[in-house]
Amino acid sequence: MNKAFGAALAVLASASLAACATITTKPAAGKTASAGSSSQASAPLPKGLDPAGSKDPFPSTYRPLPSRAVALVGATVLTGTGAQIDNGTVLIRDGKIAGVGAGLTVPADYETVDARGKWVTPGLIDTHSHAGVYPSPEVQAHSDGNEATDPNTAQVWAEHSVWPQDPTFNLARAGGVTTLLVLPGSANLFGGRGVTLRNVPARTVQGMKFPGAPYTLKMACGENPKRVYGGKGRAPSTRMGNVAGYRAAWINASDYMRKWDDYRAKAAKGEKADPPKRDLQLDTLVGVLKGEILVENHCYRADEMAQMIDIANEFGYRITAFHHAVEAYKIADLLAKNGICTATWTNWWGSKLEMNDSIEANVPLVEAAGACGIIKSDDPDLIQRLNQEAAEALAAGRAAGLTITEGQAIRWITANPAKALGIAAETGSLEVGKRGDVTLWDADPFSIYARAQRVWIDGGVAYDRTDPRFQSRSDFELGLEGRR
Amino acid sequence: MIRRLASLLAATALVAATDAQAATVAIVNAHILNPGAAEIASGTVVIRDGKIVAVGASVATPAGAQVVDAKGGVLTPGFVAVNSMLGAVEISAVGDDVDVNTPDIGAAFDVQYALNPDSTVIPVARLGGITSAVVTPRAEGGQGGAGEHDDSGDEATSGAPASENAHHLFAGQAAVIQLGRGQEMLIKARVAMVSPFGDAGAKVAGGARGAEYVLLKEALADVRAYMRNRAAYERASYRDLSLSRADLEALIPVVQGEMPLIAVANRASDIRAVLKLAKEEKLKLILSGAAEAWRVAPELAAAGVPVILNPVLDRPTSLETLGSTMENAARLEAAGVTVAIEGNSGAHRAHEMRYNAGVAVANGMTKAGALAAISLNPAKIFGVSARVGSLEPGKDADLVIWSGDPFEPMSRPQLILVRGEAQPLRSRQLDLRDRYLDLNRPMPPGYSH
Repeated sequence: MNKAFGAALAVLASASLAACATITTKPAAGKTASAGSSSQASAPLPKGLDPAGSKDPFPSTYRPLPSRAVALVGATVLTGTGAQIDNGTVLIRDGKIAGVGAGLTVPADYETVDARGKWVTPGLIDTHSHAGVYPSPEVQAHSDGNEATDPNTAQVWAEHSVWPQDPTFNLARAGGVTTLLVLPGSANLFGGRGVTLRNVPARTVQGMKFPGAPYTLKMACGENPKRVYGGKGRAPSTRMGNVAGYRAAWINASDYMRKWDDYRAKAAKGEKADPPKRDLQLDTLVGVLKGEILVENHCYRADEMAQMIDIANEFGYRITAFHHAVEAYKIADLLAKNGICTATWTNWWGSKLEMNDSIEANVPLVEAAGACGIIKSDDPDLIQRLNQEAAEALAAGRAAGLTITEGQAIRWITANPAKALGIAAETGSLEVGKRGDVTLWDADPFSIYARAQRVWIDGGVAYDRTDPRFQSRSDFELGLEGRR
Repeated sequence: MIRRLASLLAATALVAATDAQAATVAIVNAHILNPGAAEIASGTVVIRDGKIVAVGASVATPAGAQVVDAKGGVLTPGFVAVNSMLGAVEISAVGDDVDVNTPDIGAAFDVQYALNPDSTVIPVARLGGITSAVVTPRAEGGQGGAGEHDDSGDEATSGAPASENAHHLFAGQAAVIQLGRGQEMLIKARVAMVSPFGDAGAKVAGGARGAEYVLLKEALADVRAYMRNRAAYERASYRDLSLSRADLEALIPVVQGEMPLIAVANRASDIRAVLKLAKEEKLKLILSGAAEAWRVAPELAAAGVPVILNPVLDRPTSLETLGSTMENAARLEAAGVTVAIEGNSGAHRAHEMRYNAGVAVANGMTKAGALAAISLNPAKIFGVSARVGSLEPGKDADLVIWSGDPFEPMSRPQLILVRGEAQPLRSRQLDLRDRYLDLNRPMPPGYSH
């Protein structure tokens, strides 16, 4: 075994540990190779030909905005843990939450923000956005969200379509959004990898990538794939065609995974072995099978979600969240049992038949059954008002006879999305040690009149409604008479 | 979370209290918000035979009237939805009845014949306080506001699709409907004509803005020529005209300045060009879409042109909406322009119109102005304010009692009257909700209804 190869594996193992706590790391092959066998071993693979050697080829270059210690004093705080603290104080220092509670003493070196009469929540997280991949202005030249040329495009990565100058990022920040998952569209059974972004202005998408956030895979059920490909006279053209497509892909991925495992086992023993040819599509699917990549599954109907759960069980992977999932309330028990989140809207329905049974109380009913409910946007206008959409769900839940506090409901747009993106240890709630992602509201965020006043990302002021110095504009917005 | 099914029953109490057959009803102890009138902290509305007969703080309850105690609830007129598809669509992807694709019918297209009172979309809109709607033909490029949701399943979710209606300088005529269950829907047909301008207008005219104005002026001249030479036209001894006979007929009230033209335009320069056209051709204008209307506010106010807009739109969705801002409504209001606020789609999300009014307020519009923008203003703009839009004696008793501020998502309707009749506070969505509230029933959900 070549020493450099072993070292590279060791580095990758630690990098992937940092990236995602859910990764099952196999022992580095190099550690078990005997020194004497190195002369017989295969030559090391160039990094780009080895899936294990190229897990993060577009690494994050994100740097937090400048920050100073700040204390928000006197606010009503919805912590994202379910609690509401009246007359609370939130301390942010060195980019992290340094204290949350009522009656905290503010250390001398903190800037104090008088937040009396205002509300503080974690920065909002949108688990379903196409910002950057379907940017504004919405022209064909910008339409980069669906590689609708094959029902399986697990090989494409949304980050390679993200236009960092999309004005939507700025507008979403003014709506309190500090983190978002940008997904490919739903034309395909396997749409490709999503990318989790910090909502900061940056010159490159790498400058926005959430360091260490796990990758995600967009899958899609139902009408869209069968319409897009049936319309082209090819499979899938039916829902049963969709399912055959998923299963065939997982069989291929399992076979590919075994070939690489065999190769690594032989190489580890110093035996002569030909490495399989790297396949980007199958790399992504294997990432799912190994639990490194989270499945974000567009799926409207209850019966189809139940089938997707069976497919996941058949091939040994997990579904992290069903997206849209307007019929989740019909199988809330099944979703709870399988630990799958429901990421949906409150009031979007009727565009197509699979969207017809949407109810406003979907998220509250899912949560009442013990499953995880999320309000997401999938829309560049709604992403600016996730709090309003959550308020509509809260009202519908109470009208359904459920007792729900605002402290619980804020989790639908903060802590629960963080869970569905695999970043709950870092953000989504105001707890000491977590990232300083905080939104200050001028009113109860469940009021239609509430607007984000100030937004901190990793403790740095990323937006201030009253101070143009903290209102980012994209390059596209410069020099426009209408936006002066 | 604890389920309190009992509260579901309590919510229906006000409905039960209002007997649709009662000749005279007095709603007392209501916090009355009435566009164009002073707020009444606690007042009475008297209804007789489906019409409002009195509104005020010190109105006496007529002898023999059925009394409904609003218990301090907020009472508003029923809202009037604009740019609506209610009654003309069920499932968007399956199809709708608001545009046509034939070269023979443009201006003559009339939505009134499509209206389906049994649409399951209507009760959802009604729960948002909407009791009447302006069903409006869809112009090329859409109505300028937010469209139906697209979940990114298509290859291109954005950019104007290839035109299927290239002939259509005129998209057809709107109608005003009322949403009372089991009642006649149509209030007034042929209330306005729709035309696309800007990019979409260029598209229907063959690719350039300039061409549209040439074709429009030609068409309007043809309508006037047709009016003067009907007999010759009928004998087929008149020159060829650019429109079908049906379209020519439909446009007569437009050239006479009686039927308003809804001009869908967004860019400031397009709005100015439409204003100039309307002045030259003596057209009565309504501006819709209107992303950059705030930049033309003084001219719009001077010309008395009302504006239909969606206040949530602040993105540069295209190269003609670069000046979009959530302050559009507030700035127009301040300039004295009559504003109407639309919902988030023509039908399925129409009920979010009241939230959009709230968004306009959060961005500077007055509360009174925002209420008028979803009630009295659209009623006036479309010529039905004698029937709907505010609480005035003689008007239809279309009103809603809310549990709180009607713009707040946390407020719910407690009583909805259309022509004095209490409407069910139900929808198919609520039927679905209740079927699945308890997943542990011994029998499958199909037996719960």
